[in-house]
Amino acid sequence: MTLYSRFTRQREALMPILVPVLAVAAALAVGAVFLLALGIDPGKVYEKLISGAVGSTYSQTQTIGKATTLLLVAIGVCIAFRANVLNIGVEGQVIVGGLATTAFALNFKDLPSPILITLSLLAGFIAGGAWAAIPGVLKAWFRVNEILSTIMMNQISVYLLIVLLTGPLQDTTAGTASANIVQSSKIPEAAWLPLLIPRTVFHLGAILAVIAAFVVYFFLWRTVAGYRIRAVGQNPYASAYAGISVKRMTVLAMVLSGALAGLAGGVEVLGITHRAIQDFSTGYGFSGIVVALFGSLHPLGAIPAALLFGGMLVSGTKLGSVGVSSSMVTVLEGLIVLFVVSSSELVRRSRRHAAEPPLRAETESELSADTSLNAERKEVVT
Amino acid sequence: MADSSIVLIAAQGVSASASYLYASLGEAFGQRSGVFNLGVDGIMLMGAFTAFYTVYNGQSPLVGVLAAALVGAAMGLLMAFISVTLKAEQGISGIGLYMFGLGLSTLLFDTLIKSVRPIDHGFDKLPIPVLSTIPVIGPILFNQNLMVYGALLLVPISWFVLNKTTLGLNIRAAGQNPQAADAMGVNVALVRYFAVTFGGTMAGIAGASLSIAQTNIFQQNMTNGIGFIAVALVYFGGWSPIGILGGTLLFSVVTTLQLWIQTLGVPISPSLISMLPSVVTIIALVLAVYFYRTQAPSALGQPYRRDEN
Repeated sequence: MTLYSRFTRQREALMPILVPVLAVAAALAVGAVFLLALGIDPGKVYEKLISGAVGSTYSQTQTIGKATTLLLVAIGVCIAFRANVLNIGVEGQVIVGGLATTAFALNFKDLPSPILITLSLLAGFIAGGAWAAIPGVLKAWFRVNEILSTIMMNQISVYLLIVLLTGPLQDTTAGTASANIVQSSKIPEAAWLPLLIPRTVFHLGAILAVIAAFVVYFFLWRTVAGYRIRAVGQNPYASAYAGISVKRMTVLAMVLSGALAGLAGGVEVLGITHRAIQDFSTGYGFSGIVVALFGSLHPLGAIPAALLFGGMLVSGTKLGSVGVSSSMVTVLEGLIVLFVVSSSELVRRSRRHAAEPPLRAETESELSADTSLNAERKEVVT
Repeated sequence: MADSSIVLIAAQGVSASASYLYASLGEAFGQRSGVFNLGVDGIMLMGAFTAFYTVYNGQSPLVGVLAAALVGAAMGLLMAFISVTLKAEQGISGIGLYMFGLGLSTLLFDTLIKSVRPIDHGFDKLPIPVLSTIPVIGPILFNQNLMVYGALLLVPISWFVLNKTTLGLNIRAAGQNPQAADAMGVNVALVRYFAVTFGGTMAGIAGASLSIAQTNIFQQNMTNGIGFIAVALVYFGGWSPIGILGGTLLFSVVTTLQLWIQTLGVPISPSLISMLPSVVTIIALVLAVYFYRTQAPSALGQPYRRDEN
């Protein structure tokens, strides 16, 4: 009996790793079928997908550069999804954050470098949070479906980007305005995030993002607000009964996730593009959601996930040489999402099946594991 | 002159409403049965590509629509399998389906067609004799292509099926109270499978009407979010086909207004005007909550588990 329950517990602990790995394998298999139907050799495509991401030192740093921004987006998504707030608007929040960071860096270029960087990023953080507050408030107080409202906010921010980059924020350097290029002026070098390896895109933001992931982990599992956010996501009725304001937690989760997405936009601008450009956010939004789901909505799980998908985004742009466009990566991401969400019922069934014979042992172990949770619960009630 | 250009723009508005109508009415069936399919936009893109590619290879537009409907049905069936059999979270599954459709339609386009090029013969205008000669209304409503007439006809048909047939009753029961429906002998899973697959089929047709009726081209991400607006229109229309028609007409007015402002040469950035549909959608969603809160299918978004109740 005990051996059996230990085995099931081991298997449960493995689930957050097993599910994503199997999902990737399944997605690659289905993707290969499509490639074969198109007369393309999947072996070559998948080989390029790997070599394009880690084949050289430069591509490795490119992968880390992409993963940095993705990680910041994904840990924000973790917070929102944990509260059962399905923030699909991270793409727009990245854009708005990037724009705010750019505007700040361009307008206060005389500040000393560390202060300029900090305040510029803060501007992106705040702007992203404010942008997300709109659908957050609409969900909490007006019961507007947040998936739909955030998708609309994405569309609005794409046009906002064009309006600003062809208007107030337009590149004023001679020649570009007349050429109708949609971009801002280059931000001053003092605002650039320092490079960790010269002449690459491996910048200080990578360390910042990893620290942020640990902070979000601490926030979600070691603070009262984080506990409340997770409680609301698990069971809003019980949470309300326990005195938690579901509305406030909904808005808080949305704002924090938007703020992190905004910070991601700022880091992308200060670390990589050094100006706001038309499609600097492309793919970060939806890929960030995939990364979060892939990391089982755990901020630390998002770290390896961000590296994996950052690598895929980098090598995706290099797939032309094997006769495939970068949209192959979107196909794989979509399939991975479908496989990961579909697995929840299978996991549930296997858990149930396993829980039936050693019912007592399971309950006891759960009880003892729950004491820490109970302590937290008391804290919340008081 | 000014009058005729307004009529022209209004006619364009009605023509543009076809893809919204197909997608929204199909989604209404799914949601009435309790399943929220957010992948509509991805299905539309696949439908649009399929129809375009079929006609591009010399087939007639009708064959193109049929092919798009089949692809849509297949994707609807996939969504039904994920949400009904595998009981996955519907919002996220829909996003996954959307990404899959967006990626695959782009991949197929990049591989098989490569650059944007028009087809010579999509659905041509088919003026209805007599009716199309009525001043103002004639050119707006009765000088459209077959896909537009089909979309407008689908409104009363959907209303009839949902409200006056056993099938409609079963669909509504599955979305309102699946336990009771199950107890009365309705096969909840089967009904949901049917409704979601039908919704997918309609989304495929919506895509076809975009690529081979309204325009004669296919472009990467050519829906530009129409599928998501279509889902929002279901809320705004209070889950009723008549309400959806009203919402679609509102959108036609907004789209028309957008075109009108641009032709008038008002000095506003076109991008600023392009925000209008999204802004109106958000406002419409807020209003929908006030008007129709009680009409939402109670089991919307919830997988049905017989053993738990």
